[in-house]
Amino acid sequence: MLGLNKKDFSLLLVVAALTLFAPFILNPFPEGSGMAQFNAGYPDLMQRFVIFGIFAIGFNILLGLTGYLSFGHAAFLGVGSYSAVWMFKLLSMNVIPAILLAVVVSGLFALVIGFISLRRSGIYFSILTLAFAQMSFNLAYSVLTPITNGETGLQLTLNDPRVLGQSATADGSIPVTSLFGLEMRSTFEMTLGPWLFQFNAGYYLCALILLLSFYLSIRIFRSPFGLMLRAIKSNQTRLNYTGLNARPYTLAAFVISGMYAGLAGALMASMDPLAGAERMQWTASGEVVLMTILGGAGTLIGPVLGAGFIKYFENIFSKINDTVLHGWFEFMPDGLENLIVGILHPFIGKGWHLTLGLLFMLVVIFLPGGLVEGGQRIAKLFRRKKPDDAGDNAQSTPAE
Amino acid sequence: MGILEVKNVNKRFGGLQALGDVNLSVAENSVHAIIGPNGAGKSTLLNCLVGKLIPDTGSVMFDGQSVLGRTPYEINQMGISRVFQTPEIFGDLTVMENMMIPCFAKRDGAFRLHAIAPTDDEKEIVEKAERMLEDMNMAGKRHMPAASMSRGDKRRLEIGMCLAQEPRLLLLDEPTAGMARADTNNTIDLLKQIKDERDITIAIIEHDMHVVFSLAERITVLAQGTPLVEDTPDNIKGHPKVREAYLGETA
Repeated sequence: MLGLNKKDFSLLLVVAALTLFAPFILNPFPEGSGMAQFNAGYPDLMQRFVIFGIFAIGFNILLGLTGYLSFGHAAFLGVGSYSAVWMFKLLSMNVIPAILLAVVVSGLFALVIGFISLRRSGIYFSILTLAFAQMSFNLAYSVLTPITNGETGLQLTLNDPRVLGQSATADGSIPVTSLFGLEMRSTFEMTLGPWLFQFNAGYYLCALILLLSFYLSIRIFRSPFGLMLRAIKSNQTRLNYTGLNARPYTLAAFVISGMYAGLAGALMASMDPLAGAERMQWTASGEVVLMTILGGAGTLIGPVLGAGFIKYFENIFSKINDTVLHGWFEFMPDGLENLIVGILHPFIGKGWHLTLGLLFMLVVIFLPGGLVEGGQRIAKLFRRKKPDDAGDNAQSTPAE
Repeated sequence: MGILEVKNVNKRFGGLQALGDVNLSVAENSVHAIIGPNGAGKSTLLNCLVGKLIPDTGSVMFDGQSVLGRTPYEINQMGISRVFQTPEIFGDLTVMENMMIPCFAKRDGAFRLHAIAPTDDEKEIVEKAERMLEDMNMAGKRHMPAASMSRGDKRRLEIGMCLAQEPRLLLLDEPTAGMARADTNNTIDLLKQIKDERDITIAIIEHDMHVVFSLAERITVLAQGTPLVEDTPDNIKGHPKVREAYLGETA
């Protein structure tokens, strides 16, 4: 189906179902219940899940297949955002031209940076990409202020030309981003008993693009090009002595992953039309590395899981505060309650980074294949209970 | 004129003269062995042929064209394949995938962006790779990760990968180093079979005299970076200069 084998196609279907029903899946707890704060099914966060999923899928094409670790991919994300916002300022509020321009510009940007950085491999390549990204960040912050609006960040104003659209709406406010008239912020709310489900146009656009990106990434993984990229990771000496030039392959992978990052940046700007330099900072580059490794570098679904996991932590776990903890441990005697809350205090709220860091360490040490390997081990445990089913273990390992 | 002509090649590493005025001519469709004691410059010479090292002076011509200044992959595309002392294969990939890569390289050249064509649809490549695996008696191992195989099988796969490119010159750098006797004999049989069945020139660097004398048609003896003699195996066996180089003057 669609040029995919049965297994890959069912994986695609699973991802399609997950994204389609995400507003239900992420909102398992009724409104107003104590657990409602763990609901992640609101538009803003769901958009972030899929946008960072796209970012990580693209990053994985570089890291997972070729093994080249880039520490500068946030630069492409930022470039994509700036391009998109400029399109909103100059052309129209339609997201399609903004996304197209962002992908093209970030691709060109990746071509230049990749051409230089890929002259080295290993740690030197990582440092070169990091240097380029930090340069971009500082330029965006200072010298390039006419293009990036410096510290304030690039925003829409009522004076923007928008030659194919309108500078201001009838009631004198800035127009909102849309897809041929369908506003990205428009949300359909459905109340089912105590549950509230929100279906957001912007989220579904992002989800659709995530599916397309995911499909493309499967095709790349299974193509001769993907085979060559894995060969580069495995043994560059043999590749060279087999008459193949590694440089154009790695450059192509770098540009493709840069375009994915630009696409993610454009979607961010499409959901919320502003772009700031901090989007290009090295912490943002590091985040996508964490997502990919946490989920499982070199696997198809891993980066998406990793992105979801980290964004969930960032947005949900960070909201747990001492008051919430006191609520949970109310049943205990006062002294014990205070003790437990005191112990847990550094790990919650603003301390969520600590918890995430510990989890990341555990995953890297015990599950080098990331969350995907964890899933496989659990699946294997269940399978072992059935006797003659051990044969197709080799088949269940995603590309790596 | 041989298919490979090395003329007056010199290579110096600091104070060490690794190669001094090496002249070598390898005749087309022959098996030519290069032997010599440790440090004689055999590997340096080989590296000069495949583009890993560039000689200080002299020329290396393959089929009338100079290989100097070209990168390893360009030289490989000219028709020279190299087997390494320790098998260099794609350990993370399956045996079948290993074999498909040289098939792609032969058909598509150094780079081609077929980023979304499913690999399975490349019927001619799959068929050729399968045929090569059968030739190498490895069809049963096609789904194994290459790294999990024995040393002898890795060597066999590496030779097969080189042959899949249909090279005109196959360079082997101590192909039986570190192998058990049985594996060594298998490798000798494989190379004999290759020599009989294909139009191919083989140049082999080897320590093991058993391997050299069962395969070679011409032998060049290298000592201290300079060729001592070049002759047929029978004449080399009793040559006084060879004995001297291997056993020292007092012997």
